[in-house]
Amino acid sequence: MADPVFVMLAVVTVGSAIAALELRSLVYGSIALMGTLGGIAGFFLLLDSTFVALFQLAVYVGSIAVLILFTVMLVKRELIFKKIEDNRRKFAGIALMLVTMIAIGAVFLDSGIKEMTTDEPPVDFREIGSDFVTYYWPALILMGLILAGSVTGALVLARREDIEENGQRTS
Amino acid sequence: MVNELVDFTLVSVALLGIGIYGLAVKRNFIRMLFAVEIIINAANLNLVAFGRFIPESGGQTLALFSIAIAAAEVAVGLSLIIVAYRMYQNVDIADFRSLRG
Repeated sequence: MADPVFVMLAVVTVGSAIAALELRSLVYGSIALMGTLGGIAGFFLLLDSTFVALFQLAVYVGSIAVLILFTVMLVKRELIFKKIEDNRRKFAGIALMLVTMIAIGAVFLDSGIKEMTTDEPPVDFREIGSDFVTYYWPALILMGLILAGSVTGALVLARREDIEENGQRTS
Repeated sequence: MVNELVDFTLVSVALLGIGIYGLAVKRNFIRMLFAVEIIINAANLNLVAFGRFIPESGGQTLALFSIAIAAAEVAVGLSLIIVAYRMYQNVDIADFRSLRG
């Protein structure tokens, strides 16, 4: 059975994921999203993957969540608090969520992974490093290029001067 | 290890369900981005969990790649939000009519 730390982490992660989508204010929502991302980092620590956990903390909680927070603050104040959804759609969404959870959860519970435990030592992070520079080096270079390209593209998109406020493009 | 693999997969399934709910119900662009983030994190959790229990270094390597690509995706998504907000003064995706074909 799961230990108390796991249960606590699961409650925090799933609860703050719900809060991120359901809180009225987008600012509090993005802070709750930070909780979810930090909770996932905690799960990585429980899985003895310290390197991935720290990477998750640095990239997600450190940069992405802060980026989202600043974007939310750029949006108008009344839009931050306004929730736009209708009730029929909401119930359909909840039904869809329950069907997905029950279906995939039943598949997992019915499959052989239920008895799967391990006593083997965790993977050494040096192995990940040597993986990166030997077998995965083309993917690593490609990832660097994609990151550079997408960040440049994002900067160009966000700095475009030819967009007017009333919805029409000039020039 | 105290925890079993199925515990981690069940948490991941719960997060996936919440993400699908957010994508289906919310019409706010920023909240839909939150939902996508939650789904990506559920996938990463599965990768690392299976990589721990097999055990195999490939799971963690792939999770690191996935985190980096997700960072790029969020950067582009947020800049799209800013462009759309400057054009329409709104973040409601039902208002982005000129994207319709």
